[in-house]
Amino acid sequence: MGAGPTGGSIGLSDIATRESVRENGVTSKRDAAGGKGIAAPQRVPDSIEAYRQDFARQPKAPEWLQKLRSDAMARFEALGFPTTKNEDWHFTSVAPIVERPFSLPRAPEASGDRRETGRRRSDAANSIGIKESDLARFTFGEESWHTVVFIDGVLSSKLSSTGELGAGVRVLSVADAIDADGALVQRYMGTVAKFEQHAFTALNTAFISDGAFIEIGNDVVVEQPIHLLFISSGDSISHPRNLIVAGRHARASVVESYVSLRENEYFTNAVTEIVVGEGAHIDHYKLQRESESAFHVGTVQVRQERNSQLHSFSFAVGGELARTNVYTSLEGDAATCTLNGLYLTDGTQHIDNQTSIEHIAPNCPSHELYKGVLDGRSHGVFNGKVYVHPEAQKTDGKQSNNNLLLSPNARVDTKPQLEIFADDVKCTHGATVGRLDELAMFYLNSRGIGPETARMLLTYAFAADVIETIELEPLKAELERLVLARFTGSLSTH
Amino acid sequence: MLEINDLHAGIGDREILRGINLSVNAGEVHAVMGPNGSGKSTLAQVLAGNPSYEVTRGSVTYNGQDLLELDAEVRAQNGIFLAFQYPVEIPGVSNAYFLRSAYNEIRKANGQEEVDPLEFLDLVQERLKLVDMDESMLSRSVNQGFSGGEKKRNEIFQMAVLQPRLAILDETDSGLDIDALRIVAEGVNKLRSPENATIVVTHYQRLLNYIIPDYVHVLANGRIVKSGGKELALELEEKGYEWVQGPLAGASA
Repeated sequence: MGAGPTGGSIGLSDIATRESVRENGVTSKRDAAGGKGIAAPQRVPDSIEAYRQDFARQPKAPEWLQKLRSDAMARFEALGFPTTKNEDWHFTSVAPIVERPFSLPRAPEASGDRRETGRRRSDAANSIGIKESDLARFTFGEESWHTVVFIDGVLSSKLSSTGELGAGVRVLSVADAIDADGALVQRYMGTVAKFEQHAFTALNTAFISDGAFIEIGNDVVVEQPIHLLFISSGDSISHPRNLIVAGRHARASVVESYVSLRENEYFTNAVTEIVVGEGAHIDHYKLQRESESAFHVGTVQVRQERNSQLHSFSFAVGGELARTNVYTSLEGDAATCTLNGLYLTDGTQHIDNQTSIEHIAPNCPSHELYKGVLDGRSHGVFNGKVYVHPEAQKTDGKQSNNNLLLSPNARVDTKPQLEIFADDVKCTHGATVGRLDELAMFYLNSRGIGPETARMLLTYAFAADVIETIELEPLKAELERLVLARFTGSLSTH
Repeated sequence: MLEINDLHAGIGDREILRGINLSVNAGEVHAVMGPNGSGKSTLAQVLAGNPSYEVTRGSVTYNGQDLLELDAEVRAQNGIFLAFQYPVEIPGVSNAYFLRSAYNEIRKANGQEEVDPLEFLDLVQERLKLVDMDESMLSRSVNQGFSGGEKKRNEIFQMAVLQPRLAILDETDSGLDIDALRIVAEGVNKLRSPENATIVVTHYQRLLNYIIPDYVHVLANGRIVKSGGKELALELEEKGYEWVQGPLAGASA
């Protein structure tokens, strides 16, 4: 279903086709094998060339990780960037990402030791003047939360404040986790977020070096939310990689924020893997509040075991071009998931949300509500897939996507997809695209409320029910504020 | 207070009002009656400033101002209130927030200070009693899930809070049982004053047993075809609208 004046194929000709990139992949291998600087054919996008250079420059890692990275890089080169011919990217052209040669931030001096490099980069970030007070607007005023700060993809211990986590909980950087207990990270890393069919996940995997590793032991309840705050400070690329492993009957709330301090052009390519153990309950919030010139591709991929619960909320407001994937796989009997989201677009922003719910085991309920408010000349995309496998009897799936167009030039493409291979299931899905109700506008006007306030009120009201599903009060209040600010234009949303 | 001269209006190419003349003074209650499709609701909507209707001819003067020049919210800020025939549901906006926004917008426009939520709560509590509504309605979404009677009472409640100078009640009696009708009428009567005027638009005479009008006008085919005192309503009830429509009225517009 689509609405709006233009098609989704702008810039298609600028993108390398799948075939051409595959060819480049071959070139690359030869390049690596020969160790000589064979001139790349013209068709290799600058971005891929930049990634190759970054890749070659990466400090050494343990063997398992080294192999994972290499496999992923090879796979990325083979897949190439997705084009709009790829069904999953039909409405989103990544041409602007393809065209820009984003590189990792340079450490002052390359070093053989990965950790040292990490530290230096981190210190470098701190020395460019990011202070704790700069972060206040991103931390919901909650000092009791466990906050882990990453600058350009690298842990900043100085700015982090994890506080008392209690027994059975570990929150550390992926870099430290690999050093301290490589076995556990190795056991899970890459097992949930598979990269074979996902170019951006492959790219992220090729650069796994830092992010958050959260381990919650059996029966452990983490009282305060864990907030992972990713700050971009410059114009580079970052590949944050997070891994959350929740044991049997564990419970925690995790917030992931992606923000910037300035209106820079940079690229965040993040992947979060979550394992929700038997009977465990994870609330996961992703807040994409990047700079409006930035590029963001973020995947949250979850595996749910028997009786587990996942509540996911994805908020997207930033980025010139942004894509969020939330994928969950209900692998154990009676696992439940709720995937909710809200996207607000304006100007020339393009914000794409893709979700996938795989019903593999029987008796699993899944609920999904995504809402979009689109203004200016922006373009929103929603693609929600629900697969019900043959064994997944008694599935109860409900999916809806509602969009509000505030401007005649805004556009949204929504595509709910339902594929059912079991016979005893109850699944519904629906999508709507609408404009502000003129009658409601007149009703408000007739009570003395002018058009601007009326528009703000009705827009807020449209988004209110999905915001209401947020259980963390400070987060709910902040999102309410951001939504109101967005539609009154009186405050920055970043 | 209100002077309507040769008012023509409609939607698109369809002309609904075909030359309305009406004069309303402070302290008066006017009833506008007429069959379905005679243009009663259109008149109410045009006076409140619904942009879906286009005025093609004539003038409306309100307290010396050209009313047709003003946007709907400015009319409301100047004391005009329309009780809707079909009150609009606004999911996600509470009655309290909605009404306080309206109240404060009107105060602001009149150079008065805004009130905070607590002050506002004090203010609305007695008005709620007037229409026999419970305070819990304040936290519910505007008109959402309200019964027909609740919606109408909510309109009168809003009127009681906003205290307009000119209130237009559009078929406020339709769909009300006799108890609700009495509550609504009592609410309206308590708000009557020598400074205010009310236009009651209705199809049936029964509301006028409770809200006694000073004048009754019969609308047919977009024109006022007969005016008189309150006894005209009873006569209409007895003889039916065919009596005033006459042979030329034809199909209703």
